[in-house]
Amino acid sequence: MILDIYSFSTLTASINKELHAAMAPWLAVLTEFVLIGLLFLLFYAILGLFLVYLERKVCAVMQNRIGPNRVGKWGIFQTIADFIKLITKELIPIKNADDFLFNLAPFIVIITSFMVMAALPFAKGLQALDFNIGIFYIIAVSSLGVVGILIAGWSSNSKYSLIGAMRSGAQVVSYELSVGLSLLAIVVFSGSMQLSTIVESQANGWWIFKGHIPALIAFVIYLIASTAEINRGPFDLAEAESELTAGFHTEYSGIKFAFFFLAEYINMFIVAAIAATLFFGGWMPLHIDHWEAFNRVMDYIPSIIWFFGKTFFIIYLIMWFKWTFPRLRIDQLLNLEWKYLLPLSLLNIVLISFVVLMGWYF
Amino acid sequence: MSDEVIKNIIVREDEDYIINMGPQHPSTHGVLRLEVCLNGETVNYLTPHIGYIHRSIEKMCESDTYKQIIHLSDRMDYLSSHMNNEAICLAVENALEVEVPLRVKYIRVALDELSRIASHHLWWSAFGMDLGALTAFFYGMRDREKILAIFEESFGSRLLHSFNTPGGLMHDVHPNFQKHIMEFVHYFRKKLPEYKQLLTDNVIFHNRTKGIGNMTRETAIAFGVTGPSGRGSGFSCDVRKTAPYGLYDEIKFNEILHDKGDSFARYLVRMEEMEESLNILEYVADNIPEGDFTAKMKPIVKLPEGEYFQRVETARGELSVYIVSDGKKFPYRIKFRSPNFSNLFVLNTLAKGGLIADLVAISGSLDLVIPDIDR
Repeated sequence: MILDIYSFSTLTASINKELHAAMAPWLAVLTEFVLIGLLFLLFYAILGLFLVYLERKVCAVMQNRIGPNRVGKWGIFQTIADFIKLITKELIPIKNADDFLFNLAPFIVIITSFMVMAALPFAKGLQALDFNIGIFYIIAVSSLGVVGILIAGWSSNSKYSLIGAMRSGAQVVSYELSVGLSLLAIVVFSGSMQLSTIVESQANGWWIFKGHIPALIAFVIYLIASTAEINRGPFDLAEAESELTAGFHTEYSGIKFAFFFLAEYINMFIVAAIAATLFFGGWMPLHIDHWEAFNRVMDYIPSIIWFFGKTFFIIYLIMWFKWTFPRLRIDQLLNLEWKYLLPLSLLNIVLISFVVLMGWYF
Repeated sequence: MSDEVIKNIIVREDEDYIINMGPQHPSTHGVLRLEVCLNGETVNYLTPHIGYIHRSIEKMCESDTYKQIIHLSDRMDYLSSHMNNEAICLAVENALEVEVPLRVKYIRVALDELSRIASHHLWWSAFGMDLGALTAFFYGMRDREKILAIFEESFGSRLLHSFNTPGGLMHDVHPNFQKHIMEFVHYFRKKLPEYKQLLTDNVIFHNRTKGIGNMTRETAIAFGVTGPSGRGSGFSCDVRKTAPYGLYDEIKFNEILHDKGDSFARYLVRMEEMEESLNILEYVADNIPEGDFTAKMKPIVKLPEGEYFQRVETARGELSVYIVSDGKKFPYRIKFRSPNFSNLFVLNTLAKGGLIADLVAISGSLDLVIPDIDR
């Protein structure tokens, strides 16, 4: 019943066909890989610039300010100007730093965020890799980013960086559990780890509505835990500005700093996109069972708009936290995870299994 | 030195894990260096190193006339510049036994309280920022701007307004002075609930400040911690009450006391002080009498031989001025007892055994202004 006119699979299938007709199969596949890689790089850069701009505007709204308004109309070129400044800045060498690890760290951070992008279904038929273990892959890859942060803190030869990195390590390792368990809730509901199947399973309503209270609990836990996992305020202890100056990236300058900065924003997009996919139906339009006319109208809105609309709504929520709440302390942060969120998410899994067994969802 | 102080003297070991917070650090609010010894994230001890912004104001005062000293005193605690001026003016006026006109007394109290609120605005903004609530900064600055506009209208400058002079004021205030104060009082009464929503009632904020940096009344007295920081420990030290000057013995107001002694108590004292200052302002702005803006003074003020002492309550505690005069137009020696100097050195006692994040929450709640420590 979903309209096929907006599906990207017709487009991608025809490109695939043309390429295979024109060149040897291995070359065609290689060309496709390169094309997709380039597309992702482009998307990554644009998204990074846009998210920084968005954050500055959202933060300005929260703080009774106007935000960037000098470079271009409404300051839309401000982040581009900032980016040019960052790439032309001097890379300051650090005395007694471990040069190899010091230079490697930003790449690890940015590559992991890049890898997660591959599994996200951006629209109907627009997904680079559709695993049968998509969610498992996302959880596994996104947890690699902390390695980069730890390396950055360790190799900087700075005490502030080291403390920041250790905090980040403790934080990410803890909150990974809650993130995993809350994602597992939806896996139990939909009975699959494949992202495309999960999206399809929400054709008659999103899980946040269909799953009753357990899905809502899982969503709230996911929102808190994932905000902590990407080191954003109020959980930005790894770079706690007022305590550790800039935490793990204190010693980085120029483009290397820009990599950390960019990765932070892309990670925010990724966690928002996962939340949108699992709880809000991803690219699936808002459907309500038995309301055929309503569903039909919703179908006319392209799936890519649905996906980005939901994602940016959740990004706005995450930004809202950051600009409203004070920062937690490290022991309170770990208490919140181990004493409250983790037992709650374990209970929630039991509750969900019960709900699914009894068939108490739509 | 009292026992309380002696037992806090520390000796640094070679193998201690030291980090330097400052002189350039976001949460020291100026060029203060805290040498912090850590065990993991726990603070073992810390030593404040001061002197990065020492300008030898006391020595410079010895070659300035009393009217010129006013301008130097602004530069100590730049957020309480009016109170600093007033301390010297009152000392000189008492020495010369000059009676200032009633209008001057009223205007001085109004400026005292406006400065106090403006200073607490900045403290609130910076305290929020120390704890990671970045939006608080802009809310505080928004309201502080209204007060600075009143200052600018009357004195032409916003921060260091050197408006007092021995015997009265430099010139009369702007005709709109009273009207704008009343407007501000009404405006800020409406805005105070926002402060409550953003920080005071926030659960994370409670967790970060309650039970952190416990200072007993005895510690406060032993270290000479005055002002809102001391009053948060139940130490009744408001000079406006204990040794009233100017108009303060005629005005009804409450001394805010909390006895918990933690960062949150110090926070509450300042928040309630802002409300109390609004009440004082409301009374004063309604009743400023007509009259001269200064008493008759000689062009060059010479103090008779002797020693003179005056205490005032600044936004951060008790400021005392001690003047020794040998009868010339310059003071022989002048000594300031600044509140921040005493308030800083209690930091080790409070922060010891806590985490780095607690250290920031404590130093923020003490509301230190570094140029006042170094002078």
